[in-house]
Amino acid sequence: MTLDPPTAPEPAVHAVHPSPNRLLEVRNVVHEFVVRGAGGVRGGVVHAVSDVSFNLDAGETLGIVGETGSGKSTLARCVLQAPRPKSGSVRFRGAELVGLRGGRLRQARRDMQMVFQDPYGSLNPRWRVTDIVEEPLIGFGDGNSASRRRRVRELLDLVGLNPDVYGRRHPRELSGGQCQRVAIARAIALGPALIVCDEPVSSLDVLIQAQVLNLLERLRTEFGLSYLFISHDLALVKQVSDRVAVMHLGQLCEVGPADALYRAPRHPYTVDLLASIPSLDPTAPRATRRAVAAGEPPSPLNPPSGCRYRTRCIRAQQLCAEERPMLRELGPGHEVACHFPEPVDGPEGTAATPPSANALYARSNSGGEP
Amino acid sequence: MSAARGYGPDRDGDRAPSAAANRRRTSAARGYGPDRDGDRSPSAAANRGSGDTVLQVEDLHVRFDQAGRRVHAVNGLSYRLRDGRTLAIIGESGSGKTVSSRALMGLLPPSATVTGSARIDGVELVGMPEEEIRRYRGADIAMVFQDPTRSLNPTMRIGSQVTEAVRAHAQVDKAAAKQRAVELLRLVRIPDPERRFHEYPHQLSGGMRQRVMIAIALASDPKVLIADEATTALDVTTQAQIMELLAELRERLGTAIILISHDLGLAASYADEVIVMYAGRAVEHAPTRILFEHVRMPYTRALLEAIPRLERDSHAPLPVTPGQPPDLTAVLPGCPFEPRCGRALPDCKVRRPPLVEHQVGHWWACWNPCEDGEPR
Repeated sequence: MTLDPPTAPEPAVHAVHPSPNRLLEVRNVVHEFVVRGAGGVRGGVVHAVSDVSFNLDAGETLGIVGETGSGKSTLARCVLQAPRPKSGSVRFRGAELVGLRGGRLRQARRDMQMVFQDPYGSLNPRWRVTDIVEEPLIGFGDGNSASRRRRVRELLDLVGLNPDVYGRRHPRELSGGQCQRVAIARAIALGPALIVCDEPVSSLDVLIQAQVLNLLERLRTEFGLSYLFISHDLALVKQVSDRVAVMHLGQLCEVGPADALYRAPRHPYTVDLLASIPSLDPTAPRATRRAVAAGEPPSPLNPPSGCRYRTRCIRAQQLCAEERPMLRELGPGHEVACHFPEPVDGPEGTAATPPSANALYARSNSGGEP
Repeated sequence: MSAARGYGPDRDGDRAPSAAANRRRTSAARGYGPDRDGDRSPSAAANRGSGDTVLQVEDLHVRFDQAGRRVHAVNGLSYRLRDGRTLAIIGESGSGKTVSSRALMGLLPPSATVTGSARIDGVELVGMPEEEIRRYRGADIAMVFQDPTRSLNPTMRIGSQVTEAVRAHAQVDKAAAKQRAVELLRLVRIPDPERRFHEYPHQLSGGMRQRVMIAIALASDPKVLIADEATTALDVTTQAQIMELLAELRERLGTAIILISHDLGLAASYADEVIVMYAGRAVEHAPTRILFEHVRMPYTRALLEAIPRLERDSHAPLPVTPGQPPDLTAVLPGCPFEPRCGRALPDCKVRRPPLVEHQVGHWWACWNPCEDGEPR
């Protein structure tokens, strides 16, 4: 399972979660954007998603974390075929989506919905809340106008908006959190199996964010939804996810069960990310020198050879420049794409010490008393 | 507000002695060094206008009158900032944290009315005519904004923009200004500043652009640097770098920093003192350690509990505070947080709790404050 070439038909993820209720299988997805260079002459290719594979089971939430430009949004959109990936395979309930067109693609998308980051930008400003929530029902020809109206009221109740108060309003008359509730009502209108949440709470204040997160959680348990939850916020992803995938410059670095991944991160990038989070504990040590030294991601126009994190990584060696590390399983369900993964935590990092970001990293200098 | 705020003897003496002991321990452990220790004693707190204070804001009010609506954005904010310290002002959108700092800079639109007092080194900024405030804006107080892309001129090389800032505040010739600009770029740790000097903003990453903004802000060697959500648009790794840079610059240059943010984590990690704002008012104000260890104001506690944390289990429900921040067009008689507060008493609806220093250095505005360690 180690160091398969990128085109291997059976990447490690296959073996990890053999499950009968597999909802989504993403294999070797690649997506690139062609851009103009300076002056509009020279062409360049942004390697947004480079050979990514993962699975998602029904009822499961997979969190995808990464920095700006890591390709996490592109990856999620490739799942929905908007845009269609350049190569690779996306199987939803066993059926291949790549290559579907027109009506068949539309039918397939009925079970996959999306909630976007910008609550105002993703709702038509001239429509009323009821129109917005009703649209998918009309689009898929669900029921007659009376039954649709009933369903819209039901949906608004479900997301905690009183239909008599908010139904007639326009998005501009709502707060950001309320807009996001409308977007969620629209997303669940057709009873989907998968919802792609692209930074759904990033623009909300923390108290409103908690309300929306709890709403997503309630809907998940009530309807058995699966989420693909994209965020740059590691703590937020931990809160909502069963499994977490860490993405860097178009590739997955580390995938694993949320608890294991945060307790004992093995990829140096995950460790650096965790160490960069400002701790809520004023006595905890601040961001480590190592995390600060990690610098900014290289350009996706010209990614480094081998491991794409090697230019920022303190553990990098010659091999990292020569050979791309493939995901390999280092713990139950815990895969890491690194030639020289971080050692497993000592006892102080796993047991008594709560894995606050800095405590996690402070294992080497034992200064991480929480 | 200002009367209630007075550094007078209205302190609650009957708080648990263990808490007081705790505080002594924590403030000692904090180690500001001997020259700072005096600041913590009540006598020093009463001693206004000590040489140490660079910025003193008292009873600051800002309201906006627009299209017949009156919005009370800031309602009586008071604080002081000492040399070389970092004060974090934390709050949600609409809490008045940004408006209050822009008021100091004279950067509010004509629809704004600012009253109260804000003195930098004894010079009153509120009500100062525009021509005069230009001498202080950028010189004594500088500001770094959230979006470095929109703050920089996309058609000018970054070197020219930094040089411009240098010449705006000092009578120097071009060559000297350029030399100073390169020094500034080096100071903010831009690699290879001589080459970067000739680049345009679009050639730099977000973190590098924010460094340029900091270099411009530092061009006049300001006494106070206001960082208004300066790292919000940046990735967590870049944020750590910029915050470490600010912390280092504060040490080296002795610039006092006002950190405006919605992120309590930044305050915990980088500030000496924290003000939590809600609906245009400070609702809790304390040295960082004390605030995070002995939260009193239910709003602050709600904020702290609503933040997803790494040490919490996946799918654990977050404690929810219902409702929305209040409408600032109407000023209600009671506590602004009362409709959302789990600890509200009947009194909270009718009498607004003043911000009072209940324990040494720890101010809060609440009739029914939280205790240490009790569940919400």
